[in-house]
Amino acid sequence: MERAGTAPDIVTARELGVIGCQNCSHVWRAGTRECARCGASLTARDPLSLQRVWAWWLIGLICYIPANMFPMLSTRTLFLTSEDTIVGGAVTLFAHGSYGISIVIIVASVVIPIGKFLAIAFLATSVQRRSLVPQSQRHALYEIVEYIGRWSMIDVFVVAILSSLVQLNTLASVTPGPASLFFALSVIFTMLSAQSFDSRLIWDLESDAQKGSGL
Amino acid sequence: MTRRMRNAHFSTQGDGLDPANLIVCPSCDAVFTVHVPDKGERSVCSRCHTVLIAPRKRAGMHIITVSLAVVILIFAAAVFPFMSIDAAGAHNQVSILDAALAFQGGPLFVVSLLTAAMILFIPMLRMLLVIYVLTPLVFDRPPARNAKAAFQASERLRPWSMAEIFVLGCAVSLIKISDIADVALGPAFWMFAVLVVLVVVQDTFMCRWSVWNALEQPRTS
Repeated sequence: MERAGTAPDIVTARELGVIGCQNCSHVWRAGTRECARCGASLTARDPLSLQRVWAWWLIGLICYIPANMFPMLSTRTLFLTSEDTIVGGAVTLFAHGSYGISIVIIVASVVIPIGKFLAIAFLATSVQRRSLVPQSQRHALYEIVEYIGRWSMIDVFVVAILSSLVQLNTLASVTPGPASLFFALSVIFTMLSAQSFDSRLIWDLESDAQKGSGL
Repeated sequence: MTRRMRNAHFSTQGDGLDPANLIVCPSCDAVFTVHVPDKGERSVCSRCHTVLIAPRKRAGMHIITVSLAVVILIFAAAVFPFMSIDAAGAHNQVSILDAALAFQGGPLFVVSLLTAAMILFIPMLRMLLVIYVLTPLVFDRPPARNAKAAFQASERLRPWSMAEIFVLGCAVSLIKISDIADVALGPAFWMFAVLVVLVVVQDTFMCRWSVWNALEQPRTS
């Protein structure tokens, strides 16, 4: 069976002296600046890619802190007003016996975002220094991060639905808290961080090692 | 039927160095010789398994019809009642637009704009762009003005179209409040659920490589 990442007959565009358009996969001679087919700009490897990854990553992480400290939503019933943070809300739900839903919230709002921060940091450092994790696995991780990151937005949508729906005059009302803004921004910034990552870098070290040259 | 194909159809051997015959995997930079698979089959990168070419029979027409249906459904779903709640005599009913605009007061309004964009406007814009790009191609006309920019925009917006995540959000909210109040789903919810399926269908018919190829060589496709 062919094993991805170890196939010796793979030639990369850079080795051939050509550039592939990442938008429409057309091939151009090295040095071409713009793809004449689709108009996207061409880069053999974007030297600023990692800097952008880390910049977005850091802003995303900074936004994630207030997202967890401020209340996500506040619930006002007849006699009392309660404010829930992301984790606090999930814990309350769990205590009330809604195990499934509290797990969904915890996974979407805590596990996925933190996992994503770790995964992007790992991918970015792994292309800066040699990694023992095979390329194919790191590429799979990258695809998972790109696919799953958007799903964190679910918590913001839940707050949107609850705070528009639960408006029952004096009986009960739900209003969104400031954490919803920080959380939404954190998800968006980490998505931009993942999109900035040039996945071709994952495969470079292998090719460079075979040719005996450094990065 | 979609059959997975590996590097049998792609070869880096030989000296077909004419760029027109080559394709580069956008994810891992591996170079292959172009071999367009049969309709319904797909060619994947032998190194990282990214799908490179996946043509479908009469895909253009299918995509256009599905996209039109999605546009209509988004319009309808935005304004029809979407969920209603009853508790101890109090009643409230909202549309999806109400839900998106629930974040009010100062900076939180940004979240309203983002939510409305992600669940309504971006999905709709993507569909309109695709219709605009594909309609002339399907009828063997020259590409529409700025078709390339339109198609590129539609591709860039793909990750920001989050209708399907909103549907899961509905399910979560439903369970969250169903034990304290009676919640009923309105027609807009079901329209939205259908719309999400149609967006997935549209996506499986879409072969980006074929569209770029057709935009480059109009009339011959």
